[in-house]
Amino acid sequence: MASYSANSREEGRAPLPMENRERDWWLMPLLTVVVLTLFGIYTTFRAFENNYYHYTNNGADYLSPFYSPLLPIAWYLHLPLFGLKMVSPAIYILIFPLAFRLTCYYYRKAYYRSFFWDPPACAVAEPRADARMKYTGERKFPFILQNLHRYAFYAAVVIVIILWKDTVDAFIWTNPDGTHHFGIGVGSIVFLVNIILLSLYTFSCHSWRHFIGGKHNCYSCSCGTRSSYGIWKKVSFLNHNHALWAWVSMLSVWFTDFYVMAVASGMFKDIRIL
Amino acid sequence: MEKYTTYDQDVLVVGAGGSGLRAAISICQAGLSCGIVTKSLLGKAHTVMAEGGAAAALGNMGEPDNWKVHFKDTMKGGRFINNPRIVEIFSKEAPDRVRELEEYGAVFDRTPEGLISQRPFGGHTYRRLNHVGDRTGLELIRTLQDKVVSYKPIVYMEHTLTRLLMDGDRAVGAFGYNRQTGEFVAFRAKAIVFATGGWGRMYKFTSNSWESTGDGAGMAYEAGAELMDMEMVQFHPTGMLWPPGVRGILVTEAVRGDGGILKNNKGERFMFNPEYMPELYKGQYADTEEEGYRWLTDKVNNRRPPELLPRDVVSRAIYKEVLAGRGSEHGGIYLDVSQMGAEYIKRRLPSMWEQFYSLGGIDITKQPMEIYPTIHYTMGGIWTESETCSTSIKGLFAAGESAAGLHGANRLGGNSLTDILVFGKRAGDHAAEFAKNADFGKIDSSQIEEEANTLLAPFTNPGKENPFKLTQELQEAMQEGAMIARTEESLTKALNKVMELQERAKSIHVEGDRVYNPGWHTARDIRFMLKTSEIICRCALERKESRGAQWRLDYTDASEEWGKINLIAQRDGDAVKLIHRPVPAMAPELAAMFEEIK
Amino acid sequence: MRDKVTIRLFRGNADGGTETDYEVTTFPGMVVLDAIHQIQGTQDSTVACRWNCKAAKCGSCSAEINGRPRLMCKSHVEDFADSNGLIRVHPLKTFPLIKDLVTDVSINYRTAEKIPPLTVSEDIPRPFKMQQIDVERIQEFRKCIECFLCQDVCHVLRDHNRKDGYFGPRFMIKIAALNMHPLDSENRLRQLKEEGGIGYCNITKCCEEVCPEHIHLTDNGIIPLKERVADYYYDPLKILIRKIVGPKKR
Repeated sequence: MASYSANSREEGRAPLPMENRERDWWLMPLLTVVVLTLFGIYTTFRAFENNYYHYTNNGADYLSPFYSPLLPIAWYLHLPLFGLKMVSPAIYILIFPLAFRLTCYYYRKAYYRSFFWDPPACAVAEPRADARMKYTGERKFPFILQNLHRYAFYAAVVIVIILWKDTVDAFIWTNPDGTHHFGIGVGSIVFLVNIILLSLYTFSCHSWRHFIGGKHNCYSCSCGTRSSYGIWKKVSFLNHNHALWAWVSMLSVWFTDFYVMAVASGMFKDIRIL
Repeated sequence: MEKYTTYDQDVLVVGAGGSGLRAAISICQAGLSCGIVTKSLLGKAHTVMAEGGAAAALGNMGEPDNWKVHFKDTMKGGRFINNPRIVEIFSKEAPDRVRELEEYGAVFDRTPEGLISQRPFGGHTYRRLNHVGDRTGLELIRTLQDKVVSYKPIVYMEHTLTRLLMDGDRAVGAFGYNRQTGEFVAFRAKAIVFATGGWGRMYKFTSNSWESTGDGAGMAYEAGAELMDMEMVQFHPTGMLWPPGVRGILVTEAVRGDGGILKNNKGERFMFNPEYMPELYKGQYADTEEEGYRWLTDKVNNRRPPELLPRDVVSRAIYKEVLAGRGSEHGGIYLDVSQMGAEYIKRRLPSMWEQFYSLGGIDITKQPMEIYPTIHYTMGGIWTESETCSTSIKGLFAAGESAAGLHGANRLGGNSLTDILVFGKRAGDHAAEFAKNADFGKIDSSQIEEEANTLLAPFTNPGKENPFKLTQELQEAMQEGAMIARTEESLTKALNKVMELQERAKSIHVEGDRVYNPGWHTARDIRFMLKTSEIICRCALERKESRGAQWRLDYTDASEEWGKINLIAQRDGDAVKLIHRPVPAMAPELAAMFEEIK
Repeated sequence: MRDKVTIRLFRGNADGGTETDYEVTTFPGMVVLDAIHQIQGTQDSTVACRWNCKAAKCGSCSAEINGRPRLMCKSHVEDFADSNGLIRVHPLKTFPLIKDLVTDVSINYRTAEKIPPLTVSEDIPRPFKMQQIDVERIQEFRKCIECFLCQDVCHVLRDHNRKDGYFGPRFMIKIAALNMHPLDSENRLRQLKEEGGIGYCNITKCCEEVCPEHIHLTDNGIIPLKERVADYYYDPLKILIRKIVGPKKR
C-alpha cells in the first residue's frame, strides 16, 4: 500500500462546537413533517371513510383516485388484510401509491431528514449520539427493501393508466337516456391536472430513468441504445425536478379526492363549463 | 544538530504537477522505487489551472496537421531561440503522449467520428488543442494521479524541499521539512527529477498559486546548475481585472478561440489595427471582422481573427491601447463573448462562466469581461539536455515549466500541457536509467546542518522583518519594473529593490512553532523568490532587444545577433554569472522546412 | 458594503482550541480566503490554512463558513457577514485536525487507492473511438476538484464516523465515472456493495448541496449506481433471468 506522509490522526477530531449553522435550517424538515403528517391523517381518514368517493350526479363520473379502480364489494370484504375485515377498498388500492412514494428516492431524502434526522439538515449534527455507530443506512431490513423501488414503480404505472381512464371518464357525461356526450366540469379540469402531475411524477422516477437508458454505458453502440438515449435524456430532464413533481402531485391527488368528496357530499356544487 | 528523518528512494521526484506525475509513472514502470514530494496535497498542483487544452498534432479535425507544422508553429512562437532539437522531440512525441492519456482514463471531448476533439488556439496553424471543455488541466492531473497511484509510489504530501544535497558535482539527495509537523526530512536518491514548476508568484497580479515561488530553479541554481532564458516571463493577455478580489485570475484563451472578441472603450476590435500585426504573421490572419466571424463556422476557407495571435503580441497590443487612453473603466480592455449566446457559452466555457459568475459577479453571457495581462508562465528555467532532460548537475533531471529550452521567448497556448507529458516521461525514463546504473551517493551532513540552521534562523533572529511584507514589496517592485514593457531604468530600479530586499531578508523574524506555520514557510520561500527575481532582472537588462515576452521600450526591435543567443545564468559565489551561449543550430532537414514556408 | 468585518476563526489543534476574533479591512469582491491572508500578513503569521489557486479550481481551501462547508476562495465576505459584520470560519469537522483550518484528509487518498483504474480490454482498437453522448455523463463526474466538501458533509462519515464502511460521495462518483465509461471492462458492483458501502448512503443529498462544481452526485451518480447494484444483487426477476440465461457479456 502506498503511504501518504500526512500524519494519520483519524481518531483525534477537532473539539469543535456541535452546532454552527444559521438558525433557519429546521424550516424545511419542519415543513416536511407538517405536510406529510397532515396528508397522512387526511388519507387515513378518507381511506377508512368508505363514502363520498364517486360522484355521479347530473351524469358526471368523478371517481376519487383513492378508490380507483372500483373493486367489487365481495372482493374486498373477504380479502383479509392485516387481520382487518370489512374495511374500505381504498386500503387495497392505496398500498401501491404508498409503496411507490415510500420507496421513492426523493421521499426517502425527505423523511430520512425530517423524521429520522439522519441528518436533519446538511452539516447539522445528528442529535442521537448513542445511535452513531448503529447506523446501517439502507443495508439492513427494512430499509434494504428500498432497493425494490422498481416494483413499486411498475405498480404505479398501472395506477396511472387506470387514472387516465378515470380522467377520460370525467370528460364523458351520461345523458338521462343512457347515451354519452363530451363535457367539461370544473371537476374534469381537476382530474386532468392531477393526472398530468401524477404522470410527470411517475415518469420522472429514478428507477424508470435507469430502466429506460441509464443502465447502458454506450448509447452509440447500437440502434436500440441510441433511441433509448433520446428517451433517457427526456426522462433525465423530468427527473431533474422529481422533488417538485413529488410535492405537487401529492397535493393534486389530495385536492382531487377532496373535490370528489366535497361535491359528492354536497359541500359545494360542481360547475359545468361546457 | 537538529533531528531529521532520512528516506531512501531510487528516484526522487520533486513536484506533483503534470510533469512530476508523468515522470513518476515512467519510474514506477521501470520497476524502481519512487518517492514524490509535493508542497501541497496530491492533485492540487498548478496543472489544474490549465484550461484550454494540450497541443498535439493528431489531425483529428480534417486539417492537414502534422508534427512538422507543430514544430514550425512552436519555433515561430518562441522567436527562434528555442532549442530546435527539443522542439522536434516535443512535436513528434506529443500525439502518443496524448493518446496514452485515454488509456489511463482521460475523457476528452469528442469529434463526430468519435476521436478527440481539437480546438484552435493562438499561434497554432490548425485546430490542435485536445481538450475537455475548459478544464483540461484538471483532467490531465487527475488522470495522471489515478495512474500513478495504481503503482503505489510513496507520496510525501505537504513537504517542502529547500536544499539539494551534493556529493561533489553530483546531486544525491535533498533536504527540507514536513509542513504539517515542521520536522526536518532528508531524502537519499540515486537520481532526482525536478518538476517544480514556475515562479509567477513574484509578480503582484498573477495567475499563479502560492506554490510558484521558484524553489526548484532556486535550489538548482544554488547547487550550481545553469539556468537559461530567465528573462522570458509570459504575460497572458487575458487575466481578470475587476473586482480587485479576483485580479490576476486567468481567463482562458479558449474564450477567444470560441468567438470572444477584444474591444477598447470605443467598441473597436483593436486587434484589427495593422499596427499590431507582426511581420512574421502577416497575411495569415483575417483582415476584416467579417472574415473573423466567418472563421468561427468555416475554418477551412477563412483565416482566424487576430485576437488569436500569440500571447506576447496580444499582451503588447492591450498595453498600448490602455496607454493610449482607450482602456476600460478600471484600466483594462473588454473581452466580449456574449454575442455567441448563453447556451453556447455554458456548453463550451462552463468553468469560465462559473468563474466570472461566482467569483466576480459578472454574467459573461450578458456582459463583457474586463481583462488585463497577468503573469502566467515562465519560459526560462533549468537548462536541460535535449534527449535526456538531464541538467548541468549530474544525477539531476528537470522537466516541465521548471526546465528551459522548449518555449524560447514565448510559449504557445496548449504547449505546456503537452510539454509536461513529453518531457515528464523522458525525464522519468532517463532518471530511471541513470538510477539503475548508480549507487546512492554520500550525504554530507554539514550541508544538512547548514540548511537546518538557515531554516531555523527566523525563529531566533533578532530582526523585525515580516516575510509577508517583504513578499508584497517584492511583488510590487517586479510588477512595476519587470512587467510587459521594460526599460533599462525600470529594470535597474526593480533590481535595486530586489537587492535591498535580499539584505532585509536576512533579518526576517517569525513567531510561533514549526507546526504548519505559514510565516515560517514564507521566510524560506522568499529567499528563492528574491534570488530568482534578481536573475530575471539581470537577464532582462542584459538582453538588449525585444523578443517574444521580453519587450524593451529602449530596444524595440529584435536584433539578429541576440536571436542567436540564449542567456545562461549560473552561480558564481554570491554573484550571478551571465553567459552568452549560441542557440543550438537547427538540423539541416528541419531548417529546410523553414525555407519551404518562407 | 461595510469597511471592516470580523473573522471569528477557530484556532487550535487536536488537543483543543478556541475561537479568536480578527478584524479585517474589506475591498470589492473580497473573499474569505483574502481575509485569512490579510490576517496572516498583518496580524498573525501563524494562522494555518491550505490554499493554492484561489480560483475555485484546485479545491484546497475547504472550510466551514458560518457552519456551511464551502471553498473560502468562492465565498464572498459580503455574503457571509451577519448584521454585526461577523463571519465564523472553522475547519472541516469530519477529518482530524492538524492546526487551525488544516485537517488531515489523507484518508481520502487511501480510499482512492482501493479503486481499480480504468481497464480496457486489449481487443478494443486504438485510438479509442467514443461518441460525445457516451462520455458526457462521466465528464460531469470528472469535473470533481477533490475539495472533499462532500466527504465532510456526508453524515455517514461526519456524524456516524463510518469511514470504515463507506467510501463517501466523492468516491461513489469516481466509481460511477469508471463504471459508466463506455470501454471499462472491470466489474465494480461488488466493490460498490461490499467494501464501498453504497448501502450506507441514504441519498439525503447534502453532498450535492455543497458541491462547488455543481455535480449532481446523488441524482446522476449514486442513485444510478444503486439501481445498478439493485439490478445485480436485489432484483429477484433479474437474478432469476441471469440464472437461466447466464451472465450478460460486457
